[in-house]
Amino acid sequence: MDKKELSRIAYEIRKGALTAVYSAKSGHPGGSLSIAEIMAYLYFEEMKVDPKNPKDPDRDRFVLSKGHTAPALYATLAEKGFFPKEDLKTFRNKDSYLQGHPDMKGTPGVDMTTGSLGIGISAACGIALSAKLSEKKYRVWAVCGDGEMEEGQVWEAAMFAPHYGLNNLCVFIDFNGLQIDGEITKVMNPTPIDDKFKAFGWNVLMINGHNLDEIASAVENAKKSTKPTAIVCKTIKGKGVSFMENQASWHGSAPNEEQYIQAMKELDEAECKISACK
Amino acid sequence: MADKIATREAYGLALAEFGAKYDIVVFDADLSVATKTSHFKKAYPERFFNCGIAEGNMVSVAAGLATTGKTVFVSSFAMFTAGRSFEQIRNAVGYPHLNVKIGATHAGITVGEDGATHQCNEDLGVMRTIPGMVIMNPADAVEARAAVEAAINHNGPVYLRFGRLNVPVLFDKETYKYEIGKGILMAEGTDVTLIGTGIMTAKALEARELLANEGISARVINMPTIKPIDKDIIIHAAKETGALVTAEEHNIIGGLGSAVAEVLVENAPVPMARVGMEDTFGRSGKAEELLEVYGLNAANIAAKAKIAIALKK
Repeated sequence: MDKKELSRIAYEIRKGALTAVYSAKSGHPGGSLSIAEIMAYLYFEEMKVDPKNPKDPDRDRFVLSKGHTAPALYATLAEKGFFPKEDLKTFRNKDSYLQGHPDMKGTPGVDMTTGSLGIGISAACGIALSAKLSEKKYRVWAVCGDGEMEEGQVWEAAMFAPHYGLNNLCVFIDFNGLQIDGEITKVMNPTPIDDKFKAFGWNVLMINGHNLDEIASAVENAKKSTKPTAIVCKTIKGKGVSFMENQASWHGSAPNEEQYIQAMKELDEAECKISACK
Repeated sequence: MADKIATREAYGLALAEFGAKYDIVVFDADLSVATKTSHFKKAYPERFFNCGIAEGNMVSVAAGLATTGKTVFVSSFAMFTAGRSFEQIRNAVGYPHLNVKIGATHAGITVGEDGATHQCNEDLGVMRTIPGMVIMNPADAVEARAAVEAAINHNGPVYLRFGRLNVPVLFDKETYKYEIGKGILMAEGTDVTLIGTGIMTAKALEARELLANEGISARVINMPTIKPIDKDIIIHAAKETGALVTAEEHNIIGGLGSAVAEVLVENAPVPMARVGMEDTFGRSGKAEELLEVYGLNAANIAAKAKIAIALKK
C-alpha cells in the first residue's frame, strides 16, 4: 500500500481511538495516538489477516502487550473491517464487546487478552512457539510500552524468545518516554532499552515510530532475522493532538467535548494535508 | 500391603502415558526432576519446554500457545505456580478461559525438609477465587492419573494439586473414573461425616476406625474436586448425619473447609469442624513428623468429629 494512504489510515486510527475514549469518557488516548503508524503499517501493509476469517489458524497474529491502548487496536480493527466503526462509540460500555482492555473471547480480531503489563509479550512468545512447533509460517507481532519495560516479566520473555529461536516474533516498543507518573527516566529508568534487548540476544533496531519508511525497513529486517526482533520506536505520546503531545497527563484521561472537537479538527486537518479532502 | 506412591510421580507418569493419546505440550520451570514432568520430557522431548525459573512467563507463554488450540500443562511447585504466578493464571489463563492445566506439585507441608517457604498451604484458597477454574486434588496415584486425563478432556483452565509424599493407593485403576465435581462415598456412616481431600482422605478412613472403637459411626467422603464442589453429597451428608468434619493439607482458611462451610451455611447449616493447618506457616522436618506436629492426622480428625457431634442440637 502507498505510504500516503498508510499515513492517512494512521490518522483514521487516531480519530477512531479518540472517539472511543471520548464516548466512554474513559480510556488511554496518549499511548493510543503514539502507535498509530505502527498499527496502520502492520494491519494494512504487513499482516496476513482477513476480517471475514478472524480465526484462520494460519493468520498472522498480533498481541497488544500494552493493552491499555485498546482504543488504537479497536480503531485499527474497525478500519480493517472486523466490526463496524460505529461500535467504537460503545467502548467500555457495560453491554459492549469492546472491553476496556483487549478481550479475545468477545472481540473479533483480538488474538490475546491483555491489560496487565508484561503478560502480552510472553503470550506472543507462546504463539510464536506454537508456529515453530506446528511448522507454520505465520508471524507474530507485538507492541509493548516503554514503561512496561519495568515489569520483570518482560525480561523473562526476553530470555525465552532467543532461547527457543523465535525469529518469527517481532516486538515494537513504543518509546514515547512517558508513563503515568511522569518521564520514564525519572520514575524507574528502563533505558537503554535497545542495549538491553541486544544483551538478551535479540536483533534490535531503533527507529522513528512515526516514519512509515523506517517502519517498513525495520519490518523487512525483522523478517530476515534469525533472531527475534525488537524495534524500539521513538514516538510522541499524544501524537497528532497538539495539547496532548508529550504530556504524561494524557496517559489515561478522556477529553471533554471542547477538547474532543479541537482534537478531531486537528486530526482532520492533518489527514486532509496528506490526501486532499473535499 | 501395596507400595505407596507419591501423586507427583503418578502425575509425571500420566503425562508420559497420555502424551501418546493426546497432543499435549508440557512446560516446567527448572523442576522437572521433582515435578516428574521429566517422564514426559524423556518420552516426547519435542513437546517439552523448560522455561527456567520464570513462572510468570511460563504461564503466560502457555496461555499464548493455548490460543492456537494447544492443550498445555505447566508445572512447578504449588507455591510458585498458584503463588508466584497467581496473577498470570488469573489474567492470562482464567479470564480468557484457556486450555492451560497447572500441574502443581509439592503442595502442603509434606514438602518436608525444604521448609515453610516451599510449603504451600494457600493454593486451594486462591485458586478457588478464580472464576471458571477447576481444581483437582487427588488422594492417590490412581486418582491422580485419572485426574490428568479428565483435565485434558476438560475445556478450560484446571489446577491439579499433587504431593511429594508417598501415599497409599486407595482406588482400583481398572474401575476408577474421575468425574469433575463429584465427591466419592468411601464408607457409610450415620453419626458424622468426614470429608477428606488429597492425602487426608486416607487419614479420614483411619479416623473412622478410631471413632468406631468408641461406638461412633462415621461416613467418609473423598472430595477430589475442590471446585466445582459437590454440593449434593455435602447436603445429603448434613441432612443424614448432622455433623461434618473436613480434612485437608492446607490452611483451614480458604480451602476445602471453607468450600464445604459455604455449602452448609446456605443449604443445610449443621455443626462443622475443620482439620488442616491452623493459619500457621509450616517448618522444616520429615513429612510424616510434620503431619503429626500440625495435627494433620486421624487422631485429630476423630477429636474434631466429637466436637462437631457435641454441637448438634
